[in-house]
Amino acid sequence: MPGSILVRASANGGTTTVQALIHHPMDSGFVKNAEGALIPAHYIEVVQFAHAGKIVLTAFWGPAVSKDPFTKFSFKGGAAGDDISISWVDNLGNKDSVSSKIM
Amino acid sequence: MQGKTMKRMLIVALSIGLVVPAMAASNPSPASDLKAFQDYFHKRFPTVPPADFVNGPYAMNADMRAQWQDIMQFPPYQFALDSGKTLFEAAFPNGHHYGDCFANKGLGIAQNYPKFDPKSGKIITIEIAVNQCRTKNGQPPLDLQKGDMADIVAYMTSTSDGKPIDVKIPNDPRALAAYEAGKEYFYSRRGQLNFSCASCHVQGAGDHLRAEVLAPALGLTAAFPMYRSTWGDTGTVVRRFIECNIQVRAEPGKPDSTAYRDLEYFLAYMNNGLPVAGPGARP
Repeated sequence: MPGSILVRASANGGTTTVQALIHHPMDSGFVKNAEGALIPAHYIEVVQFAHAGKIVLTAFWGPAVSKDPFTKFSFKGGAAGDDISISWVDNLGNKDSVSSKIM
Repeated sequence: MQGKTMKRMLIVALSIGLVVPAMAASNPSPASDLKAFQDYFHKRFPTVPPADFVNGPYAMNADMRAQWQDIMQFPPYQFALDSGKTLFEAAFPNGHHYGDCFANKGLGIAQNYPKFDPKSGKIITIEIAVNQCRTKNGQPPLDLQKGDMADIVAYMTSTSDGKPIDVKIPNDPRALAAYEAGKEYFYSRRGQLNFSCASCHVQGAGDHLRAEVLAPALGLTAAFPMYRSTWGDTGTVVRRFIECNIQVRAEPGKPDSTAYRDLEYFLAYMNNGLPVAGPGARP
């Protein structure tokens, strides 16, 4: 699902704060549609955040995470202009990733 | 009349004046209603800057405001806006565009809606206007509550961000009747729970209703279309009207019903002067 990740990272005094909004239905598999049929499970399983190629956060999501998940975290290091990349894979094998620069 | 009875009557009259903000002075009119309505909320919430009423619960509760400011660093309606812009700019199969149906190519005009349409004698909301444009160009109407309609109107509204709301009630008895019908709806009790809109949004403004903080009626519709966390989705004013009706266990109307059009006309008029704040984000 290309273009599903919006990211903004800013460095401030040796710490970088990353915010990301990921567009994904995050269906748990337990919800029924209007006709009474189960909506199949479709959720992100793993998300990885990397700074200049080195992973700074790996998140293990699943059916308990809601639609269009928003993430915000900080890590030590990083400076304006450095690479930030995010990639995810879901339970159906779909993937997406994005690269950006720290502001 | 005896002195004591006069005093008691004065006290009763004053308290009624506080509880029914639309009760205007000697010459009632929408303009005097508007002044009384806005004055009531300014007096009731003197620390809230007038323009801040468009932020609903965030103007009422500091903790909620802090959470909202955090969320707004990445507006949850961003996907709706992006999709809305694409949909709005796409041509119909006949080559025309949404912009051809509106003043100023459909940009920066949301503050003027809802409008009274003298031809049909009805109130036209911006969503209904979008569907009229689609019909004119041979396209089927969109669901008025959510999906593409919410996205398109979110985009159109964003081009009016900050513009003063300017809903007009022309000198036409049908327009005035629609306004009065909307006002009456707002103050009428309905449903199994027997609440009126005013029960929560006037009397209960700023109070908690379970985990929610109730928004005051002033500014209530200014931040629509709205991404609601409960919906996980963006929706229009009418989506919320239907939800409110269901929540007081009243039979909801059809999305394009006259009752909802008139209610939105009244509520939007009461916001006149406040800045357009849509699309918005709420719990």
